[in-house]
Amino acid sequence: MMTFSPQLEQKFAKMLTAYPEGKKRSAVVPMLIYAQDEVGSITPELIDEVARRCEVTPLQVDEVVGYYSMLHRKPMGKFHVQVCTNISCLLVGGMELYEHACKKLGISHKQVTADGQISLEEVECMGACSWAPAVEINYDFHHHVTPEKLDQLIDGLRKAQ
Amino acid sequence: MAELINLTINGQAIQAEKGALLIEVARQNGIEIPAFCYYPGLTLQAACRMCLVEVEKTPKLQVGCTLPVADGMVVHTESDTVRQSRKGMIEFLLTNHPLDCPVCDKGGECELQDMTFRYGAGESRFTERKQHVDEQQWSPVVFFDAPRCILCYRCVRVCNEGIGVGALGVANRGVVSEIVPNRHDYLECDECGACIDICPVGALTSGSYRYQTRPWEMNHVGTICTHCGDGCRTTLGVRDDKIMRGNNRDSSGINGDFLCVKGRYAFDFVEHPERLQSPMWRNAQGEFEPISWSKAFATIAETFTSVKARGGKFGIIGSNHTTNEENYFLQKFARQGLGTKNIDHHRTGDLGTFFDALSGKNDALATAGDLYAAKAVLVVGADLAQQHPFLSYQARANFRHHNAHIYAVTSGPVREDNQAVASIRVAAGGELGGVESLRDKLKAEGDLVIVFGDAIQGDGVRKLVAFGDSLGIPVKYVCLVDYSNSRGAFDMGLIPRDGGMSVQQMLAAKDLDVLWVVGANPLKNATLGSSNAFVVVQDLFMTETAKHANLVLPAASAYEKNGTVTNVCGEVQKLKQAVKVMGTKTDLEIMGSIAKEMKLNLGIWLPDKVFAEIRKTVHGYDVPLPVVDTGGAAPTMPLNGRVPALPGAIQSAGDTLFTSGSMSRYSKILNAVIESPGGLYGGKGR
Repeated sequence: MMTFSPQLEQKFAKMLTAYPEGKKRSAVVPMLIYAQDEVGSITPELIDEVARRCEVTPLQVDEVVGYYSMLHRKPMGKFHVQVCTNISCLLVGGMELYEHACKKLGISHKQVTADGQISLEEVECMGACSWAPAVEINYDFHHHVTPEKLDQLIDGLRKAQ
Repeated sequence: MAELINLTINGQAIQAEKGALLIEVARQNGIEIPAFCYYPGLTLQAACRMCLVEVEKTPKLQVGCTLPVADGMVVHTESDTVRQSRKGMIEFLLTNHPLDCPVCDKGGECELQDMTFRYGAGESRFTERKQHVDEQQWSPVVFFDAPRCILCYRCVRVCNEGIGVGALGVANRGVVSEIVPNRHDYLECDECGACIDICPVGALTSGSYRYQTRPWEMNHVGTICTHCGDGCRTTLGVRDDKIMRGNNRDSSGINGDFLCVKGRYAFDFVEHPERLQSPMWRNAQGEFEPISWSKAFATIAETFTSVKARGGKFGIIGSNHTTNEENYFLQKFARQGLGTKNIDHHRTGDLGTFFDALSGKNDALATAGDLYAAKAVLVVGADLAQQHPFLSYQARANFRHHNAHIYAVTSGPVREDNQAVASIRVAAGGELGGVESLRDKLKAEGDLVIVFGDAIQGDGVRKLVAFGDSLGIPVKYVCLVDYSNSRGAFDMGLIPRDGGMSVQQMLAAKDLDVLWVVGANPLKNATLGSSNAFVVVQDLFMTETAKHANLVLPAASAYEKNGTVTNVCGEVQKLKQAVKVMGTKTDLEIMGSIAKEMKLNLGIWLPDKVFAEIRKTVHGYDVPLPVVDTGGAAPTMPLNGRVPALPGAIQSAGDTLFTSGSMSRYSKILNAVIESPGGLYGGKGR
């Protein structure tokens, strides 16, 4: 048994009633995402808890965790920098941007800086093609990002610590 | 009848039910659309893309396994485009496949091999290094070789849907997807091996069969499983007089391709080193000493004849596992040959009261087929998944395919809870009260099958049948009994009618002269009251009862003999001898030989001859021979007017999925598998 903050518990309670009768399993993905934000990562206990609440087997939750790249089994940094390298971003320098970020932070895909503050992920399309190349930091989007702009963003994160 | 539509497949005009799947319609009309992931009875996956076909007026190839047929549809399954696509799919499936067919268990009966042979490319354009993952052992019976896997998800679906366990899943995605067990690196499941059986390639392999033989080196013998009473057909693969495996890939028999761990693996007791292989008697020192068969028969005949002549007391205990022919012959031997009424067997369900309560009713006995077809199923006081896995499977399939309403009235949690519209928990003994509380719901059902265990007996059975009558809907019943021929033992008359002694009375009696036990173990948890009784035991092993014997005779098991057995639903099916164990004789031959030695005329002791007599004399057993002879299940109707109450206690042995009376003690596989559903489903729910 795992419990979450009162706000999250309230959110989950509402979530479980949002789907038709007998379809609690529909809540697996949103529950995992919100719980991940609070817990820091998808732990085995969290998998069991979500399975219990959504009335599915832990294995079925585990399948979902393995499938979606935005669900992490290890904690990411306080600021999770996601650089898109899918086709639209790739055409206008997304890959260069990602490589720049790797160099600047000294880490690569799904790694975390030594101080645990910043993590990096090469992601698939985030639906921001019109403003490519795009970067998402936690839940904030940044559009038309250049290496210089990325430097500023990362420096800003360092200051915010 | 659903609306019929017209379509054309490969220029052939075809009529089909509207909405039927194209792949099924094609198959029914003799046109094969190849597929890996499609499996009749399971949910649709559309993962393998082998069944792509060309449908006129649609721009792209269509997935045949999920495409409902429509009026005027024109389909081509063998066009150049389709062939090209199949070739491409096979090439793609083989990119990471190790092609280790020469050593793979599946080689020779592999769907991937067959399809590569028929549709595949002779060469691959892939030159990249193949992804390799080492093989893993997930349980004593399940091994997984990931590189061979083509990700058809059949195993995942059969475990989830068919068996209702859900022990397999898919981890990751894309090229690194792989099948995973529910406990990270091992399985906690029924160990039924359905996943291995259904695997179209050699990715999931069986612990007892892997690397033992090539499929074409075996002869296949279709017989009936000798464990629980459900009467599943198991097809034994035999090489050099050794059973290599059990499965039912050809879907013959009432069980389709379903088998539980016992039907699939627990044939290994046959070759257990402790099998008795010679008659033995107790010598002057009180130790067992091997003797010849002729000496054994002569000794028994002499004793039986003299006890009979002086009017001594016989006690005869028959078996739940021997054939109808043997049971019939034994009761005939007792009643006609020895002139005794003291004959009984370990009764595990109250068939006597059940038949009595149903007297005068027609068509009240449900079959396994009815459990799949009924609108509603009520399970009373039984944990079907543990004790009658096939009946449980049928009810579950009925729920999945027809949305049947399942009701459970049990003292503990059962797997049926997962499908049930209502699960009632009662204290043991309170089952009828629980049933009563469902009255209004059940009244609204179209028809109902009531399955009840030994929790309901005596007056309880009458009350339950009266309850069924009062619902005003068609109701059929299954009275659960434990073993492969429990039903047959009762029907053949291994019961203390007309004032005979029950098992309990025989054991308690102080003045028994002869105790003759054929394939049973009554002294497992009891003592024998008569210290001077001459005890003859026919069995496979030196059981607790055999240890008490003056004379022990090595009997053949059900896999070593011909004959018929009657399953829990009353269907007669034929056993077929798969192997022979040196030194043993069938119980029928043993009894016939004793009769001959005693100069009794009890008829010819050949299974077919005895069965012919059964068909003539046992009420309800006048079954059509062609059905039985061709491996079918022939329903019997042993309702024969009023049945007087019989003395003696009735109790199920309470076997689980992994036990089967004395026999399971001698099955290495059953002893090796972890007893896990208990953990998954909160233990025994009887």
